[in-house]
Amino acid sequence: MSTTLNVNGKSFTVDVPGDTPLLWTLRDVLGMTGTKFGCGIALCGACTFHLDGVSTRACITPISATVGKKITTIEAIGDDDVGKRVQAAWLDLGVPQCGYCQSGQIMAATALLKQKPRPSDDDIDAAMSGNICRCGTYPRIRAAIKQAASAE
Amino acid sequence: MSIVKDSIDVINVSRRTFLGAIPAAGLVLAVGFPRFALSSDEPKYGADSMPHGWVDDPLVFVAIATDGTVTMTCHRQEMGQGVRTSLPMVIADELEADWSRVRVTQAQADEVRFGNQDTDGSRSVRHFFEPMRRCGAAARTMLEQAAAAQWRVPLAEVAANNHEVVHRSTNRKLGYGALAKAASQLPVPARQTLRLKAPTQFRYIGKGDVKIVDGPDIVAGRGMYGIDTQLDGLLYAVVARPAVYGGKVVSHDATSALKVPGVVRVIEIPGTPPPSEFQPLGGIAVIATNTWAAIQGRNALKIQWNDGLNGSYDSTAYKASLETATRKPGQVARNQGDVAGALQGAPRRVQAEYYIPHMAQAPMEPPAATARIVNGRCEVWAAVQAPQATHDRVSKRLGLPSDRVTVNVTLLGGGFGRKSKPDYAVEAALLSQAMDGKPVKVTWTREDDIQHSYYHTVSVEHLEAGLNAAGKPIAWLHRSAAPSIKSIFGPDPQHEQPFERGMGLVNVPFDIPNLRIENPEAAAHTRIGWFRSVSNIPHAFAIQSFVAELAAAAGHDPKDYLLDLIGPARRIDPRNMDDSWNYTESPLVYPLDTGRLRRVIETAAQQAAWGRKMPAGHGLGIAAHYSFLSYVAVVIEVAVGNKGDLTIARADIAFDCGPQVNPERVRSQLEGACVMGLGNALHSEITFKAGRVEQGNFNNFRVARMNETARDIRVHLIPADFSTPLGGVGEPGVPPIAPALCNAIFAATGKRIRRLPIAGQLSA
Repeated sequence: MSTTLNVNGKSFTVDVPGDTPLLWTLRDVLGMTGTKFGCGIALCGACTFHLDGVSTRACITPISATVGKKITTIEAIGDDDVGKRVQAAWLDLGVPQCGYCQSGQIMAATALLKQKPRPSDDDIDAAMSGNICRCGTYPRIRAAIKQAASAE
Repeated sequence: MSIVKDSIDVINVSRRTFLGAIPAAGLVLAVGFPRFALSSDEPKYGADSMPHGWVDDPLVFVAIATDGTVTMTCHRQEMGQGVRTSLPMVIADELEADWSRVRVTQAQADEVRFGNQDTDGSRSVRHFFEPMRRCGAAARTMLEQAAAAQWRVPLAEVAANNHEVVHRSTNRKLGYGALAKAASQLPVPARQTLRLKAPTQFRYIGKGDVKIVDGPDIVAGRGMYGIDTQLDGLLYAVVARPAVYGGKVVSHDATSALKVPGVVRVIEIPGTPPPSEFQPLGGIAVIATNTWAAIQGRNALKIQWNDGLNGSYDSTAYKASLETATRKPGQVARNQGDVAGALQGAPRRVQAEYYIPHMAQAPMEPPAATARIVNGRCEVWAAVQAPQATHDRVSKRLGLPSDRVTVNVTLLGGGFGRKSKPDYAVEAALLSQAMDGKPVKVTWTREDDIQHSYYHTVSVEHLEAGLNAAGKPIAWLHRSAAPSIKSIFGPDPQHEQPFERGMGLVNVPFDIPNLRIENPEAAAHTRIGWFRSVSNIPHAFAIQSFVAELAAAAGHDPKDYLLDLIGPARRIDPRNMDDSWNYTESPLVYPLDTGRLRRVIETAAQQAAWGRKMPAGHGLGIAAHYSFLSYVAVVIEVAVGNKGDLTIARADIAFDCGPQVNPERVRSQLEGACVMGLGNALHSEITFKAGRVEQGNFNNFRVARMNETARDIRVHLIPADFSTPLGGVGEPGVPPIAPALCNAIFAATGKRIRRLPIAGQLSA
């Protein structure tokens, strides 16, 4: 059974069951490994991507649910003005440690700033607390979101 | 990160005969050189004491291309501590290289070539700062020699400066690219002749303005971790492992699993009975064309297990057994004076017991590894802290000669000690072998990671003190019972080992005349392993909580009481505290300096405005701990609401690791250690029932999230010059966090937390 996906503006047809999570389809079938596996049940946010612009967890999103919608992943977030500002703030403030969760953090932060260009601390907590960073980069993530917001 | 050979034209210098060229007189620093004079029977310390020691040969670590690009090899593993930036930065500084023209490539496992690669113990920079300086200085000297020869001028008239060599009197210049070929023909200068920079000349070291080399890849999703390896024809595996340590497969039925679309094969991996060291636990592997199909296939397996001897491991019962053990005398780890007599004669006695549970490292990238065998050669790609151990175990388990195994190390998506044990890489190699050498990637799901870790130990810490009339302890009794990491390597010693006792148990720097430390028996029933900061976590929690309890009993300020207990500034030989380990460093070079410990306490207190009046329900807590040769003190501010709702407002961390080679990454490590320490204290606990881990994912093995950690984490670095020996950075930040937090909660509420995690205890 084949399914057609629109990933980062390109069309891909994949031949895996429709209930296959987008995460494993991106990683193992399309070879796009920027979207990370962390928990498999939407508890950690490492696999965050945008589905029609909405921050979504790829590990619990079956590919059948993405048909006809636009999938944006970390690989293309730099093509977006807000995403680009977020990446720049991340680098400027030295946010990443191991970096593994940062794909998901950047996707969640970008979605937040698109929705709320000037987020408060509470807004940041609400948007980002679903994304776990075991290295503990939260203070810098918060600072980088504020910097990206003010760089608008 | 590149795991493929660089395509650019790299001139790597080849070894030639020594020409006897001696650089002109200059600043010759011989830091660390006495190591060479060691005779075989003298004790070895630091990097000398590690397997394969260190290497400082520029031919191994530096290559300069004709376009001037400098490629540096990092032989230690990147897991967030910034080592792929910090060590090349050290070379670059001594080399006078322009950092924008430096590239970093990752070494394969080969300790004979690179020196020790086992990335743990907070020692990468500590052990390789001097060798990497010499490496850079030697390469710089070769470039200067090549330029001097070309200009036919004395070496003393030229100097390297920011990627070119300058002839001072004529201002002629030659770039490193132009000099690369000629320099490569020269011999490596003798180590003792090298002119190292004076610290005032450092361009990058100690500055903190170099960005991490992997940053651009990470923010674009291009960072390649162990789980990201892709090869043509790659197969994907997950493994059903025994739920109980030592359990075995009795029988299995793969019929349904093989019907799952994408499943290719089901293979049994033989387990290794305890102690299983770094060997796989064994079980049934499902091989498929993608990870999801493999997971679905595993769900469809029918397996009958034999649990073996650990099938009755129960955390509730085990906690009770540890409590019983610590209420009776145990093996003596340190004794001075007469504790029993002093306790009996003390006007006041205080006693407390603390419990610190098992935890899983739970790096965000779970264990994952890929292996392929072609023409009798096995190649592995894995996120491992210990590449050489990985190489050796794979080689031995496959029955391949060592030179037929290659281990490529990817970025590690966190390590925290879990990835020091390469059982998952051995699994990948065995499965590739079973699949006739096809490439196989093993991915651990989060449940696999949390239920089959090498867990942080579990312990009960029993403390008693006798106070004199002024409220100061005259007697200190500490019994610590915790299963040992050594239990995975051989017969269970049932006692903490010197390296565990030396993590804050015996080396308490308190000015108390009668002091006794005992270590009752504790048997291991699961795999115990290194977890960031290791045994310092329980020891610091108990000791720093107990000191605050004593201060409260005596009616004294906790900070003043702690300083009084530490006593005057002095340097204590660790051997005088029955600490024979001392993080493998010389007791003469690295004494425990109570002056430095006092200073971090005073700094943290001052920065946090210790002593200020707090509103009702608010409190400040302080704790300090010496570990990995560094000194840390933390003040945490909390607010606790009527329903026990806890807000951690702020943390002030004072840190003295000696000189900071890369202060920016030192700060990030301390911030992260604070967050991880808060998560440990608030939530993290692994429990066993019927030998099985009761937690499975981040819903019930909880770790710190953004909304529950301090919004304001301030790191205060104590300045030190480069005459002070380097301390560790990655681990020392964690241990004082939990006791500082619990001391703050006590200050805010009067409630004393003696069992971690805090979990629901505040609302109870």
